[in-house]
Amino acid sequence: MSLAHDARVAVRPAAEAQRPAQTWPEVNNPAAWIVAVILLIMPLIANGFFLIEIFATTLILGTIALSLMLLAGYGGMVSLMQLTIAGFSAYMVAVFGISGNANISLGWPWWLAVPMALALATIFGTLGGALAVRTEGIYTIMITLAIGAAFYYFTNQNWAIFNGHTGINTVGTPHFWGVDWRADIPFYYIVLAVGALCYFAVDYISRAPFGLALQGVRDNPRRMAALGFNVNAHRIAAYAVASFIAALAGVLQVWNYRQISPGSVSVNACIDILIIAIVGGITRPIGPYIGALIFVLLRTFALDFLVKIGLDGNRFRLLIGLGFLAIVFWSSDGVIGLWQRWRQSQRRPADRPGGGRSHG
Amino acid sequence: MLRGSVGLIALSSLLFSGTAFAQEKIKVGVTATLEGTYTVLGEDGIRGFQTALNVLGKKVGDKELEFVIASTDATPDSAVRAVRKLIEQDKVQILLSPLSGDEGIAVKNFAKTHPELTFINAASGAQETTYVDPAPNFFRYNMDGAQWQVGLGKYAYDEKKYRKIATVGEDYSFIYTQVFGLVLEFCGAGGQVTNRQWVPLGTKDFASVIAALPDDVDAIYLGLGGADAVNFLNQYQQAGGKAHLMGGSIMIDQTILSSKGNAKNALVGTLAASGQADTWEDPGWQKFVKDYQDAFPPNKRFPSPSLLATNYYGSTMALILALRQVNGDLSDNQSKYKAALAKIELDAPNGKIKLDANRQAIGTNFVTEVVDDGKGALFSKVVKVIPNVNQTLGYDPAVFAKIGLPSRTVPECKKY
Repeated sequence: MSLAHDARVAVRPAAEAQRPAQTWPEVNNPAAWIVAVILLIMPLIANGFFLIEIFATTLILGTIALSLMLLAGYGGMVSLMQLTIAGFSAYMVAVFGISGNANISLGWPWWLAVPMALALATIFGTLGGALAVRTEGIYTIMITLAIGAAFYYFTNQNWAIFNGHTGINTVGTPHFWGVDWRADIPFYYIVLAVGALCYFAVDYISRAPFGLALQGVRDNPRRMAALGFNVNAHRIAAYAVASFIAALAGVLQVWNYRQISPGSVSVNACIDILIIAIVGGITRPIGPYIGALIFVLLRTFALDFLVKIGLDGNRFRLLIGLGFLAIVFWSSDGVIGLWQRWRQSQRRPADRPGGGRSHG
Repeated sequence: MLRGSVGLIALSSLLFSGTAFAQEKIKVGVTATLEGTYTVLGEDGIRGFQTALNVLGKKVGDKELEFVIASTDATPDSAVRAVRKLIEQDKVQILLSPLSGDEGIAVKNFAKTHPELTFINAASGAQETTYVDPAPNFFRYNMDGAQWQVGLGKYAYDEKKYRKIATVGEDYSFIYTQVFGLVLEFCGAGGQVTNRQWVPLGTKDFASVIAALPDDVDAIYLGLGGADAVNFLNQYQQAGGKAHLMGGSIMIDQTILSSKGNAKNALVGTLAASGQADTWEDPGWQKFVKDYQDAFPPNKRFPSPSLLATNYYGSTMALILALRQVNGDLSDNQSKYKAALAKIELDAPNGKIKLDANRQAIGTNFVTEVVDDGKGALFSKVVKVIPNVNQTLGYDPAVFAKIGLPSRTVPECKKY
């Protein structure tokens, strides 16, 4: 409940400020250009491990969290099933496509299996959303968590389609135009392209009539209904869009690890997505990516870091938890909020009040 | 000025020797389940690994072994992630991984994408790992779950006169393999397995499982491990369960026998089979137990090494001894090293081990019974030793292939 409320308060000024200027807000921002260039030339800077395990993983997790940000930030609906939708899509790629489990996989080429997976996962997410929109606040969280948990236990015990706890191994990845698209550098660019596409799509939606109506539904559903908007239809449509985004990320995830098993769709992993979104901030689409970067760095290096400073490496989860606690404690709207406040405090001494672009 | 340049030369020579030294290192990645249900098993695996290093040393010729440890949680995803981190970030050349059954299947498949590296299985025991489509660079020096059950079914039928049993096991590949081994032998001898229950890994509430246990059986076989096994025993005792018990290889193991509380007392007299027996008289085993006990203070270890410690010990032993045979030569995609690994015969603490054509261990198995040492500590006492157990369990490979792969319902309860 409080989560949705916080988002509501924080977003309003940003949304109002954006309304008059119907342009891409990033075009005039040098920082955005620098980040874009760095992301594009990343393969020159980073080696295979950093490129895939850190940056590509960040982009994939960030895209799943982005779908949650769309629902929570603009729609006021906190859905814990976004990872489940991504996982469903990943499983479908493995089931329809090529894998080492020949008795399960149908062996379709990737260009048939992927659209099928995306379509099924979007339908799955939309149906889940149609159930969830009948509830509000904490009940939405609970019903989506229930869908996530049910899916996890189902995959864990179903051997006919999901191959139980073992999962599906050696999933095929696309090769065409003479390129192995799972090789580090091509794969990074695929992930980057999909991530950028989703990011700009969400950014566009936030300013398109549909997105504005969605934010209206979030702020005052009764008034929107009185104005003639179909409140539930808007919410379900938001779930459909978010499901498609999550499904795209799911396809990338299964290509990344070439295997999928119930551990990838566990309840803990669902909650990780919520943590990523909260830590990054759910007021703007960039937030989930920042959160994902922090999450991936902590998850990868906490153990090494503890061992290096001479502590017991077994306590690395504690370090991760403390990191997240610190961020949420000092900024209830995530890293984005910290950044905004820092910008404002920089501006005040320079005596430039009333900057409507506090959101950067 | 002079002093400064002398200092500089000294410093640079130090740095140079440092880099020269770094080139002489061989990096080995190790994974263990240090999170989740199997945490205790992973920790003891690492103890076995360290005991092996204490005994064998870290030197191979003039090269030094360097180890990087990564944590998993018994799920295949976590194992692949950990192995990838070790290869890509830490640049390890040899892997000692993984611990658990489904992790093994995933890591074996992953090993095929890195044919230049060498993967030595640490302790995982699913049959599929080395039986179906094995990876040429994946070596397993422990037996699989079915091999670890050899002798149990026959002993239960002939000596204990059990005729009907039911099983409760964790719902994943390793336990399927264990039940596979048990059912083949017990039903082959004429017994009946009337009921097979499967619970998800990490189950905490066993109330419905316990309620559904049949009453008209002579014994109940438990294929559980780690926290699941302790939870089951606690709840089974609270529910007043009194049936005869039989145990799988990680159920009747120090990871459970030395757990806190008195629920484990339900296990006294339980019949089990495993790749080791705590009280075996063999001098090699006794020496290993002593090495293990000397390496750690009593409150930081089990009274006697668990199956996981033994497996990690054996795998580490193979890793180091084969590396010494080729004098640390990892050139030509480690081909000499792989050839040495395939040929090596280990004098492991739990008996002689050699590899078959699929690079799967042929070793010794033990039927055991749980005894109280009089001071409240439980140990598995050896009642029967079976040498030279191979992966097809003595069946003709063609007959064995017809039985099918271990699953919830395979094998059927009949004589093959």
